[in-house]
Amino acid sequence: MKFQFESLDAFLTMGGHGPFVWASYVLVYIIIIYLTLSPLLAKKAFLKQQKKLLQLQKALQSNS
Amino acid sequence: MAKSPSLFTATFRRDLLLAFRHKGEMINPLVFFLIAISMIPLGLGPDKELLMRIAPGILWVMALLATLLSLDNLFRSDFDDGTLEQLLISPHPLYLSMLAKVLAYWIATGLPLMLMSPLLGVMLSLPSGAFIALCSSLLIGTAAMSLIGAVGAALTVGLRKGGLLISLIVMPLYVPILIFGASAVAEAAQGNPFTMQLAVLGAILIMALLLAPLATAGALRVSVNG
Amino acid sequence: MNWQWFHRLGSPRWFYEKTDAWVPWLIIFAWGLLLTGTIWGLGFAPMDAKQKDSYRILYVHAPVAFISMACYYLMAIAGAIGLIWKMKLPYMVMKSAAPIGFAFTVIVLATGSIWGRPTWGTWWEWDGRMTSYLVLSFLYLGVIALQNAFQSRDTADKASAILALVGTVNIPIIYKSVDWWYTLHQPATLKLVGKSTIHVSMLYPLFTMIAGFYVFFTLVLILFTRTEILRRESKTQWVKDLAAGNARKEEVAQ
Repeated sequence: MKFQFESLDAFLTMGGHGPFVWASYVLVYIIIIYLTLSPLLAKKAFLKQQKKLLQLQKALQSNS
Repeated sequence: MAKSPSLFTATFRRDLLLAFRHKGEMINPLVFFLIAISMIPLGLGPDKELLMRIAPGILWVMALLATLLSLDNLFRSDFDDGTLEQLLISPHPLYLSMLAKVLAYWIATGLPLMLMSPLLGVMLSLPSGAFIALCSSLLIGTAAMSLIGAVGAALTVGLRKGGLLISLIVMPLYVPILIFGASAVAEAAQGNPFTMQLAVLGAILIMALLLAPLATAGALRVSVNG
Repeated sequence: MNWQWFHRLGSPRWFYEKTDAWVPWLIIFAWGLLLTGTIWGLGFAPMDAKQKDSYRILYVHAPVAFISMACYYLMAIAGAIGLIWKMKLPYMVMKSAAPIGFAFTVIVLATGSIWGRPTWGTWWEWDGRMTSYLVLSFLYLGVIALQNAFQSRDTADKASAILALVGTVNIPIIYKSVDWWYTLHQPATLKLVGKSTIHVSMLYPLFTMIAGFYVFFTLVLILFTRTEILRRESKTQWVKDLAAGNARKEEVAQ
């Protein structure tokens, strides 16, 4: 197994096909990074919101 | 069991009677079909050669859109006045009453559409050999589309603004019908046989007859109880 | 036979706690496989004789194409289980699968059309496979739209489960008819890209990517489902404890 391209430049241009190949991979990675992060962030935001809700309820109980 | 055929005919006659009483709802999709088809030459120019070539596809696409327009009415009034609930709690098989409703709906919407299509075919200078194909493919196609569309109508009947949503969920399911229907007309326009396309449409119709009323009944149970 | 495991599977809490330990491992596996496959496919797999380097798009296109179709069936099966056994968890899996499947069809369509530019000379070609995936993405959009249209969560779940099942019956018919439609209209000029013989050394990175995307799909489905579980079970004590536990931890940190 060996690296198929002679230089970094050849790797980037891929004989003219580079822009298409790289655009595809960048797009795929943007989408899969989004798919990984969005549920994690949503979960974090949800727990934070619930925490605030609980604190609010506690404060209300101690006031009354 | 002996009574279920009578429920079938009763539902069928009632729905048909209602449809003919509300003539406006029946005629509107036809008017849409007419106006939309007239827009095509206005947009493309009156070039007969071009119109002749695109007529089969355009006629079928417009017919498909016209059937979508009236779908929302299929269960709407029955849902509002409680008739649907009566049907749901009755001991008779829901499959048959759904079939009766769709049949009445198809006679009130699909059949007139098919009867009107030759006129619009003339306007788009469809070759004379294709008229039989146009009518027969629309006859089978609109029936299958009514059955499948009924599922969409049943799913969205509980929503106040279900109209656009029906088109959204039902249109992808119409893809095979459109492909084979338009192809039958296009083949006939070139003087080729089109029995294969009609056979496939017939097979789709039979499958829809068997399965779609079941899905419609299930969807109505969900919509009405929810 | 002991059916306890099956009923446990219906418990959102059990699922949430069980998958807690899996998530980090799945992240490592999925991203490890995907990154390995990407580097392998981009730099080390030999060039295709006919399509030159543009064939490297295959490594992200083909695995996703397959999974986006399988995802629809998974969604429909989850919906059917929910309808039949009246369990809560399958509905949450079904709801989570829809946006993932849609995102995957977007990947398939986008990479396919980018790939089409150097091979066919157009950004969009009404090719049979591409058209099928376009219709598949519409089916996903329909399920998502229906799911969001209802006020009641219960109705939304059942309705979209029925729609997904109807779609499942239709997918093979749509696929076959679009295929037939394409062979009917296929222009002769498009046949110039013949079948390339695939060398074995091109297949290894492909297998890596297929495995990677499968693990990735499992991971993302679990992550989406976990978030959905928290949202739906927010009134239950264990979720409150979880939120409170989080709160306590942060108080200690402060």
